[in-house]
Amino acid sequence: MKYEMQPTLPPPASMVGVIGWMRKHLFNGPINSVATIVVGYFLISFLVPTIQWIFIDADWVGDSRDACTSGGACWVFINNRLDQFLYGFYPEAEHWRVQTAFILLIGSIIWLVMPQTPKKGLVAALLLVVYPVVAFFLLYGDIFGLETVETHLWGGLSLTLVLAVVGIVASLPLGILLALGRQSEMPIVKSVCVIFIEIWRGVPLITVLFMASVMLPLFFPEGMSFDKLLRALIGITLFQSAYMAEVIRGGLQAIPKGQYEAADALGLGYWQKMILIIMPQALKLMIPGIVNTFIALFKDTSLVLIIGLFDVLAIGQAANQDPKWIGYSTESYLFVALLFWVFCFSMSRYSQQLERQLHTGH
Amino acid sequence: MSHSQASDKLMVELRDLNKWYGEFHVLKNINLEVKQGEKIVICGPSGSGKSTMIRCINHLEEHQKGDIVVSGIPLNEDIKNIEAIRKEVGMVFQHFNLFPHLTVLENCVLAPIWVKKMPRKEAEAQAMELLERVKIPDQALKYPGQLSGGQQQRVAIARSLCMNPDVMLFDEPTSALDPEMIKEVLDVMIELATEGMTMLCVTHEMGFAKTVADRVIFMDGGQIVEENEPHEFFNNPQHERTQLFLSQILQH
Repeated sequence: MKYEMQPTLPPPASMVGVIGWMRKHLFNGPINSVATIVVGYFLISFLVPTIQWIFIDADWVGDSRDACTSGGACWVFINNRLDQFLYGFYPEAEHWRVQTAFILLIGSIIWLVMPQTPKKGLVAALLLVVYPVVAFFLLYGDIFGLETVETHLWGGLSLTLVLAVVGIVASLPLGILLALGRQSEMPIVKSVCVIFIEIWRGVPLITVLFMASVMLPLFFPEGMSFDKLLRALIGITLFQSAYMAEVIRGGLQAIPKGQYEAADALGLGYWQKMILIIMPQALKLMIPGIVNTFIALFKDTSLVLIIGLFDVLAIGQAANQDPKWIGYSTESYLFVALLFWVFCFSMSRYSQQLERQLHTGH
Repeated sequence: MSHSQASDKLMVELRDLNKWYGEFHVLKNINLEVKQGEKIVICGPSGSGKSTMIRCINHLEEHQKGDIVVSGIPLNEDIKNIEAIRKEVGMVFQHFNLFPHLTVLENCVLAPIWVKKMPRKEAEAQAMELLERVKIPDQALKYPGQLSGGQQQRVAIARSLCMNPDVMLFDEPTSALDPEMIKEVLDVMIELATEGMTMLCVTHEMGFAKTVADRVIFMDGGQIVEENEPHEFFNNPQHERTQLFLSQILQH
């Protein structure tokens, strides 16, 4: 029998185009069609008034609540308090310092995220090593004639970002070390890491923050005091590093034994093996888990309001108490939620991009 | 037929080697001497300890009794000695174990750069030369996941050779490959053998054993049952267990 190559044909018309898509995904049989119509009805009846309230009927400009007359959202409230939402009680004349620190941070992150930019290693090193020092002195001052701004004046979104960025940057390396320690064959290192991780994981973050702000000072000698923000930062970092360690341990366990053996057989030492072979693969596998932890950390920073630090949520709540603006708490909560969402969603999107970028076909 | 290129220098010495996995006695009084340039093929049923034996040589497995000396360096608790031995011993695994996050070229230059502190340029030139020898220089910038099994195994061989080892260990290098790809890997191994590399191969490729081996070792139950030059080994096996094994793998 003669063998002939079959020609390749285009797919049938019902698989392509808008109609094909709707048929397949929305009106695929009577039950699905009914479900589509019912869900569609509820979506529209919910979305239309919401959009009307947020955008169409809303008031945007003005100086006081008298400007809010059209029955929609009163964004005038947010507008008037925007400075506080962003900078807390940071002196107005010094706002440029916060802005500079923020622009430096966002600038270097964009540099790292863009695929085409050169010298990523250098920028990353600057961001991790030099930037924290620069940002600290920019925000705190007391150097080069910059006015000192005590940390209790820090607040709003900038405080939230300080807490989140420090927490993220410090908890990742600490988590890596803890995860490696937990896998170690040295019994003392191993048990110290296990105990550390299990203690921090077994305690709610609120307890940790209370401990840091109320209990800890009792143990210090008289006259010695630690900055409250610093204590909160240490608490958050240690707490999150325990979670990070467990995420990374999951990644380490997913690396086949053969990778360790190949590295050993080539004569690589322990740290070379971990840094060059195992960690890059484990971290890549664990990007979703790591970013998940980052996002949780970012949102958890709002818990500092219970120890009297004014993060962006606390500023929103304080604004709600203002007698001049009573009754507009929906707007302030929505605004705070939007701020959190923007940052968390960006992290999530970036992690997906990173996963695609690092995919090497295995 | 064997091309004896062996000199008198001992590359690998195993003396009264014993190993246990918990209660299980996997290696029993193994004695083996491999001279420079010798090619040893080790065969035997699964679970006979053949992989475990060669994995002891570069300390991927720990032995509990007996002595191992590689290239004149005694293998003991001293991490310095272990690292020195690993520099001299290359290993090729059944499942290749290439580093999937690095390109073929990066796989090859990693150890020379980090372990031998070789300048990157030099390491890359050497790696390209070796990739040419295993006939895949055009794949240098691809990732292992984009190559076929046979190509990956040849990269793995090149990666080991980049460290300029005195001894090469092969742990069933062709048993995870599709039949079509076995030959390309065996060809590379045969070429390596004719160039005078000291080789210990755990394999069931009896054609390979007949072509290149100086000695064939048959293991069963954690011991060396029989050891002979290939012609005698295949045509005139002494032990009943060897005869049974050979009849089973050669009847097809």
